[in-house]
Amino acid sequence: MTILKNDMRYIRNSDDIVLIRQVVREWALMIQFSLVDQTKIVTASSELARNAVEYGGGGVLYLQIVSDGIRKGLKLIFEDKGPGIADIGLALKDGYTTGEGMGLGLGGARRLVNEFNIESSVGQGTKITIIRWK
Amino acid sequence: MEKIPILKMGKYLLVTIQVDMHDRLAMSLQDDLTEKIVLYNARGVLIDISSLEIVDSFIGRMLSNIASMSRILDAETVVVGMRPAVAITMVELGLDMKGVKTALNVDMGMKMLDIFTGKNDEQEKLNDHSEE
Ligand SMILES: Nc1ncnc2c1ncn2[C@@H]1O[C@H](COP(=O)(O)OP(=O)(O)OP(=O)(O)O)[C@@H](O)[C@H]1O
Ligand SMILES: [Mg+2]
Repeated sequence: MTILKNDMRYIRNSDDIVLIRQVVREWALMIQFSLVDQTKIVTASSELARNAVEYGGGGVLYLQIVSDGIRKGLKLIFEDKGPGIADIGLALKDGYTTGEGMGLGLGGARRLVNEFNIESSVGQGTKITIIRWK
Repeated sequence: MEKIPILKMGKYLLVTIQVDMHDRLAMSLQDDLTEKIVLYNARGVLIDISSLEIVDSFIGRMLSNIASMSRILDAETVVVGMRPAVAITMVELGLDMKGVKTALNVDMGMKMLDIFTGKNDEQEKLNDHSEE
């Protein structure tokens, strides 16, 4: 996979979540995602950015436009140095929440993208990588 | 702090969400609406989300909260103008906004509210006559 363009943004508070939605939309437009695909990746990003703020104590988003030779895609890495997720399987379950949400963010974000990967260790932080291909 | 305007239209309240809502703004809308429903004794709330480019779990939860809270205050809520791409995405996200009624646009939403609250109006009319 080659990286054609990359950048990063901080995710510190709820205002940043709005900025993350905007920058992800811009990048989705750069590779001419359809309106539905734009909406899906922006919605997934909003969920993961909010989790980074709410549970991770803030984090960073790395944006990449990638190519696997045949197609282009938008790859997003959400990283925080928060408490980590002890049971990833459980966290992904719809309806599971340790906050006051609906427990939809992680599972929902996974359904909205083509590739989804979580690396997390307790006390170290969480890194979630998503890709949506064009 | 910026606020989302709440307009009074007869016995209904109209909220047009025009900005990309950050979480604090969404929270304050809930509080403001509760206050206004009581203040104006509103029978219905129309929330126009046609400018919203996404509805994520947070905004979805806010809309559900508004609907159940207004129901307790005896007002119906109709969410109008959801974009098709937003609706498609919400389904995949798994958000079903239980108890939130939707309509295509403000006109249709208003008609829906008239139907929901119609029974009470008839009652009011009867009461009006009996007072004459
Ligand atoms: N970055 C993170 N760091 C630590 N824990 C996390 C992180 N992201 C998610 N979690 C844990 O996983 C749970 C599920 O997350 P998910 O986003 O699915 O639901 P939620 O945030 O609780 O509610 P919703 O997203 O519906 O508002 C969270 O309650 C939290 O315990
Ligand atoms: Mg979440």
